[in-house]
Amino acid sequence: MITSAISLSGTATMSASAHLSIHQVSKVYFGKRDWLSRATRKATLDYVALEDINLEIEPNTFVSIIGPSGCGKSTLLNIIAGLSQPTTGTVMIGGVPISSPGPDRGVVFQNYALMPWMTVLENIRFAIATVHPKLSAARQTAIAQEYIELVGLRGAEQRHPHELSGGMKQRVGIARALAIDPQILLMDEPFGALDALTRGFLQDEVERIWEQQRKTVILITHSIEEALLLSDKIVMMTRGPEAKIAKILDVPFPRPRHRESLDQHPAYHSLKAEMELHLSRETRAVEESRIRRTVAVES
Amino acid sequence: MNNSAIPVAAMPAKKFNLNTNQKAFLLFLLILGMVLLVWEVGARMGWFSQLMPSASATLKDFWWWISNPFFDYGPNDRGIGWLLLTSLRRVLLGFAIGSAIAIPLGILIGLSEVVSRAVDPFIQILKPVSPLAWLPLGLGLLKNSESTALFVIAITSIWPTLINTKFGVSHVDQSYLDVTRTLGASRWRTLTKVILPAAAPYIVSGLRISIGIAWLVIVAAEILVGGSGIGYFVWNEWNNLKITSIITAILVIGVMGLLLDRLFGLLQTWVSFGQRL
Repeated sequence: MITSAISLSGTATMSASAHLSIHQVSKVYFGKRDWLSRATRKATLDYVALEDINLEIEPNTFVSIIGPSGCGKSTLLNIIAGLSQPTTGTVMIGGVPISSPGPDRGVVFQNYALMPWMTVLENIRFAIATVHPKLSAARQTAIAQEYIELVGLRGAEQRHPHELSGGMKQRVGIARALAIDPQILLMDEPFGALDALTRGFLQDEVERIWEQQRKTVILITHSIEEALLLSDKIVMMTRGPEAKIAKILDVPFPRPRHRESLDQHPAYHSLKAEMELHLSRETRAVEESRIRRTVAVES
Repeated sequence: MNNSAIPVAAMPAKKFNLNTNQKAFLLFLLILGMVLLVWEVGARMGWFSQLMPSASATLKDFWWWISNPFFDYGPNDRGIGWLLLTSLRRVLLGFAIGSAIAIPLGILIGLSEVVSRAVDPFIQILKPVSPLAWLPLGLGLLKNSESTALFVIAITSIWPTLINTKFGVSHVDQSYLDVTRTLGASRWRTLTKVILPAAAPYIVSGLRISIGIAWLVIVAAEILVGGSGIGYFVWNEWNNLKITSIITAILVIGVMGLLLDRLFGLLQTWVSFGQRL
């Protein structure tokens, strides 16, 4: 895997990060059309979630995918993670097509997905031991400790998830995803379930961590500010069904970034306005189509 | 009478500001006192059957049994502690056999949809059958009353554990499984490190129901099979027309059942890690 990765210029990376290529990916959820479903009036139509997605992501870039709810952002991330198969098209990492999940991609889940019966340390060590079973136990613990320190959870190693706040849980989630040293980090609305203050704090933390470990990151988000603070590129998607990529924005702000001074950059307000316009237009269209559909069902 | 009773009862509550627990405890004592009073007066006045002993006689006999639980003057004259231990040994042994069948089978049918559907008709038909219906079959097959008791308890213990294990294993949070898939964990590692710990609260809750039913059934099984144990004691004392011993046995059986249930309740908390079932 590492040999196939594109060589890097002198950035401070931990491991090689690879080029991610999404080529003509579409995802169709096939409806039930068999005679039994038809007879019982339970037949459903095919649902085209994603249509013809093409995206090239350079190594070591932070990419956010933003779009109205139900636009298939998470579907796209699951396809990249290998948890879901595309109906057509391919996803390639460093030129190799992927067909299943693998430890070259670390995933941060929206609901944290920590094992409740494992402590913070055990959750992270579980990931390391699964990916590197030949490593000695002491080495596995040492790596886990290293990532616990990276996300600022030192002192909470022996606690169980139910004793942690939402923000702390997601830090464990991030540490677990990073601890296997993946080429690509996938984050599916990682801060969606957190309150605004904790969310802002964790965004700053991710910015800080990313300065240390410049991996390729794909972040699914609803938040314009979050995307602007963290990303090099922002992928805006249209509403579903048949969601497509509407536009890709370059975020030119210098790093390291700070939320207080970010809006002083000349491009900030125009980028933000463009995203707001796109999102409000798509969201309005989604709402209108929902209203029309309800009326159609009722009449 | 009522009019004067209410203010008297309500006044100390206002004065000392009793909390809910204290109020409940007082009410508990009140109900207990009323029951004992009606029982005592009723027995002395001959309101009940001739056989019914008075509350004081029953308490005296209860204390006699409880204060000396471990005497042994032959098979029909043993202390209540021995009787209880005999029944407990049977229940735990039968329960262990039943669980040793139910948990692996539950894991298997929880993991495989095909096996689950194939085995489901057997479970659905056998589950609602009273465990005592198996007793003659056990006697016929095993030709031994001790083994028959274990057999009945084992059959009893299977169903709740089996069904709960199957549910727990097949309803593991999808995100835990997604984590193991993204890490590339083997099926065995996924089963032992994720599926079983995730299902543990359900399995223990099944065990808890199973041991409760097993404890219910042992009394009936021992009455029918005879020989020894607390159930046999109940039937023996009925033949001796010693109602006080029967009431003592009922209380002791109840306390033991409560202890078993609490024990598994603790185990449940221990494997749950803050998860709610």
